[in-house]
Amino acid sequence: MKYLQDIGSYFLMLRTVFSRPTKGSVLKELIYKEVDELVINSLGIVAFISFFVGGVVAIQTALNINNPLIPDYLVGFATRQSIILEFAPTFISIIMAGKMGSFITSSIGSMRVTEQIDALEVMGINSLNYLVLPKIVALCFYPFVIAIAMFLGILGGWVAGVYGGFSTSEAFIRGLQEDFITFHVIYAFIKTFVFAFILATVPSWQGFYMKGGALEVGKASTNSFVWTSVLIILANFIITSLLLS
Amino acid sequence: MIRVEEIHKSFGEDHILKGISTVFDQGKTNLIIGQSGSGKTVFLKCLLGLFEPEAGRIYFQDTAIQDMDEDQKTDLRKDMGMVFQGSALFDSLNIEENVMFPLRMFTKKKKSDMLDRVNEVLARVNLEGVNHKYPSEISGGMQKRVAIARAIVNNPKYLFCDEPNSGLDPRTAILIDNLIQEITREYNITTVINTHDMNSVMEIGEKIVFLQQGTLAWQGDQTQIFKTDNKSVTDFVYSSDLFKKIRDIQLQEKK
Repeated sequence: MKYLQDIGSYFLMLRTVFSRPTKGSVLKELIYKEVDELVINSLGIVAFISFFVGGVVAIQTALNINNPLIPDYLVGFATRQSIILEFAPTFISIIMAGKMGSFITSSIGSMRVTEQIDALEVMGINSLNYLVLPKIVALCFYPFVIAIAMFLGILGGWVAGVYGGFSTSEAFIRGLQEDFITFHVIYAFIKTFVFAFILATVPSWQGFYMKGGALEVGKASTNSFVWTSVLIILANFIITSLLLS
Repeated sequence: MIRVEEIHKSFGEDHILKGISTVFDQGKTNLIIGQSGSGKTVFLKCLLGLFEPEAGRIYFQDTAIQDMDEDQKTDLRKDMGMVFQGSALFDSLNIEENVMFPLRMFTKKKKSDMLDRVNEVLARVNLEGVNHKYPSEISGGMQKRVAIARAIVNNPKYLFCDEPNSGLDPRTAILIDNLIQEITREYNITTVINTHDMNSVMEIGEKIVFLQQGTLAWQGDQTQIFKTDNKSVTDFVYSSDLFKKIRDIQLQEKK
């Protein structure tokens, strides 16, 4: 029963987020601030993880190819497929559920605890629109983060493959070009947009409706990570079933 | 003026407000007092529109909030200023931005005009030179003053304060009380203060509403409260040793 209530309150929250808009000039500033905090500030960790995981994918693929009948360009091919189809969109999003999600939940939750949300409401401001809409708009730029993750993941694979002596540069690049299907990239970005929406709204919902004090803010952040990750995995399965199967 | 008629509010099985009726006058500091759990905060939140009472009506001037549509309620809220118990300043904004916030949201003034108004109200609450500090960088008393400045910056008709001097030393608490009273008179606004501080009652209690277990047990002013025979009120007022001693002195003087 509680799950049904939670689902209901999530959708009611979404309805309120898109009603009674905040003044345009204020909203514009809030969006810039959220782009900086959520998108720009995530680039460092995304770049670091993507580059090295790309390298690991290339090395592990190379080490598992013992059969001389398997072409040597498979290292580049497998790296590309892994990074574009799953690693960049899905696993970076799960990592972001921890970084961005807990930041969103704890910042909104702290505002709830310290009555800052009540202060907005008393002033006649639609606090959900003020707090959540800028995050949703800012995360429309999230696919750029994933594009960077794709590029750096493949670059990391190339560096590890070539300089580690697992593949030649020509073979790796041939692997990247082999059987390239544009729709795979489109599919990756479609799911990235869905994940961005989940990343902006589920942690906001957890923070906005939390009750209690500082301890509960911590619990809400943990719940936020769990539920955001679960929903990303579920959405990934549904979108993959619909678009690729 | 705010007129409250027979309001009831429950949370589940708990009947918190049981038919409270009173009037809060314009240009006066109206105090809601009572023990913890007497329903003061719920009452204040009903006045603010954060809680909706199940029954009864709350009139702002002559219009009941229950008869207002969403736009009218939003307009009414623009006429309200609120000082929260913990100040509720926005952590991510500096003092200047905090005070400017209602102006940015609801007016079309130029930034220079807004800045002039911000400096004017900050000077009014005796706070200068802190414009670019963040709430975490100033003391609790200064935060309360900033909260008052933010509450009055847009010339509200109604000012609500939830325990404005809790957590402050007695001297600062009196300064905050006096500041609120001065502003109430200067701007001729209807001020409603939720408190259980007897010093506030003595200093600024021009109208006092005493709540007990969700009912209005007594109402009067700061002179009447020390003379009333209402046992609930005397138990509350003379619960501290200081006030007991004051009463003993008064009784000895009478003899």
